[in-house]
Amino acid sequence: MHDAHEHDYEFKIPLGPQHPALKEPENFSIALKGEKILGVDIRLGYNHRGIEKACEARTFLQDVYLLERICGICSHSHSSAYVQAVEEIAGLVVPKRALYIRTLIGELERIHSHFLWLGVAGHEIGFDTLLMYTWRDREIVMDLLAQLTGNRVNYGINTIGGVRRDITPEQGKDILAAMATLEERTKYYVQIATEETSIIKRLSGVGVISRQDAIRLGAVGPTARASGVNRDIRREDPYAAYAEMDFDVITDDHCDVYGRTVVRLKELMESFRIVRQVVAKIPDGPITVRAPRKIPAGDALSRYEAPRGEDVHYVKSSGGEKPERVKVRAPTLANIQTVKHMLRDRFLADMPIVIAAIDPCFSCTDRLVGVRHLDNHKKETLSWESLRAFSLGWHRAKGFDITVAEKKLHQLMEH
Amino acid sequence: MIALFFILIYPGFLFLALFGLIAEFIDRKLYARMQNRQGPPWFQPLADFIKLLGKEDIVPDEANPRMFRLMPLFALTAVVSSIIYIPLWKTEALYSFPGDLVVVLYLLTLPTLAFFIGGWYSTSLYARIGSVRSLTQMFAYEVPLFMGLFSPALLADSWTLSEISRFYVDHPLYSFFNILGFGVSLVALLGKLEKAPFDIPEAETEIVAGTFTEYSGRLFAFFRLSIDIEMVVGASLLAAVFLPFGWREDAVIGFLIYIFKVLLVVFLLTLARTIFARMRIDQMVRFCWKYLVPLALLQLLIVLFLKGVVL
Repeated sequence: MHDAHEHDYEFKIPLGPQHPALKEPENFSIALKGEKILGVDIRLGYNHRGIEKACEARTFLQDVYLLERICGICSHSHSSAYVQAVEEIAGLVVPKRALYIRTLIGELERIHSHFLWLGVAGHEIGFDTLLMYTWRDREIVMDLLAQLTGNRVNYGINTIGGVRRDITPEQGKDILAAMATLEERTKYYVQIATEETSIIKRLSGVGVISRQDAIRLGAVGPTARASGVNRDIRREDPYAAYAEMDFDVITDDHCDVYGRTVVRLKELMESFRIVRQVVAKIPDGPITVRAPRKIPAGDALSRYEAPRGEDVHYVKSSGGEKPERVKVRAPTLANIQTVKHMLRDRFLADMPIVIAAIDPCFSCTDRLVGVRHLDNHKKETLSWESLRAFSLGWHRAKGFDITVAEKKLHQLMEH
Repeated sequence: MIALFFILIYPGFLFLALFGLIAEFIDRKLYARMQNRQGPPWFQPLADFIKLLGKEDIVPDEANPRMFRLMPLFALTAVVSSIIYIPLWKTEALYSFPGDLVVVLYLLTLPTLAFFIGGWYSTSLYARIGSVRSLTQMFAYEVPLFMGLFSPALLADSWTLSEISRFYVDHPLYSFFNILGFGVSLVALLGKLEKAPFDIPEAETEIVAGTFTEYSGRLFAFFRLSIDIEMVVGASLLAAVFLPFGWREDAVIGFLIYIFKVLLVVFLLTLARTIFARMRIDQMVRFCWKYLVPLALLQLLIVLFLKGVVL
């Protein structure tokens, strides 16, 4: 963003990579005039882990667990999106019961993610009471997930061709009881968010993005829906068991952070509805079909409505045990461009909540490392070879030549 | 010798430091319980203080070391010295002279100034934004605070705290006309103590620790202690002016009632901290001038009317 008035700034302050407002390392360079933001420069890439490359070195089944670790919150979204793509290439027909269980876990994940978001939003506007309350209630759904899958975060329930654990009727009762409690609490939070003056003052009119801009910048998920974009993958391209579920897609026309809060809270109510339907309608039958070790050649694109928005996975197989290419587009990447527009001419105090309002997950998003020279601010992208050369040089400067070590290792192995 | 006892032990530094730490504990514990949390054990503020004393003092290279080191002590001295003019459990303060109310208010303004200067001279961007914010905020809450505290004084026809409290002991019913002023002063005190919803100068999600970003070790410990003591002194001041009951010659019961009054004010401050979100600086300034100042003016009008018609 290079506007005429952006150069009038008095000073630039860095927000991140280490900053209390951010939960992950990311850098926002803010040009300020007094308390007013003139321009924001976003820099991603602190969390690049090379997951896509690592997928190519592992088998299709191992990648399920690797991709689940892309995100600590929407872990089920990533594994489901990947598994769906692989199943499509292999032409597997997944049993109905498995699809229902995937839907169930997916909705429970949305519930815990939205509760988490509400708490974070409260913290960003200096309202820690809301944080403490929502995170207390989030424990209910976290415990439920641990009971159903064995884990609180990386559930590990998906496998190629189905799911790995069944749910019992007793667990169904526990789920319904938890939903009743959570629904009651959510009603209370809806009341707080829509009636408490000091919250509304901090949220409404902040981070505005019009419907046209949201579409133009490719916003997804609650961020787009709060600007009146009626788009939800669960309805438009139904996966798992969503085609048989009765739910509403929540939209709002406030176009600001307040709208995003309302959308997420109302989506929670829809999630409770879906979970109840799953428990009531879940068919009997097997939970998995046998998947081949080698996936036939082909490629597939899979879309999934993660709590933060549309998550896209592309998988290409060349007929072996390992995928030839896995590409992940996390929802934050689609939403991050809107942040710049939302922050135009706002106050510094709005910065944390506007960033938080897209529910960013930067480690999911980072797919490459950008290198910026300190002297001339020129950006460049490193290729695989130049990254290796850079790494060798860096270690050599520290007195450790990795090529020598490699040679020694090879000699040892030959003996 | 007695003067030294007053200054160092009671009601001076030692008493205030302990009471400040206890008040901080009560504030934190209540805050936690109202948020459905367990909260810290009773010795936590003291443990934090001792821990900070043992840590390294880091002075930034760019900072002005003399100002940087001086400001915490300056803030601490100002708040500690203001207690001797405030009546605690009897209507007599330790020392008093005509106009000491103004001096106490002036002494309570000094910590904010010390935060500003300390933050400014630490040369960090976050600290500078924080210090400018704390000064901006001061101009917003100081006027309603002064007006809120001056109206009871006007009714009592005196600028001396001891005489004000004596007046209200003689005419306890008059204090009911000051309820509005009490509310205004309480909100303004929140701004002075930089507590939520007015913790804008140290809004951690925006500017890290604001004014105190570069402070560490002993210097930070003294800053925190001076805020704790400021809370006690501010609460004592409000109690002395607005809550004129329980003053006795009997020291023990009077003292307990005094402690109760201060903790009541601390409770009200904590309650506000629990139920409100942090305001933006522009919202805060607008709120103070649009609502607090007119309310304080209304309080002054009520007092003037009372004086003109009834008295």
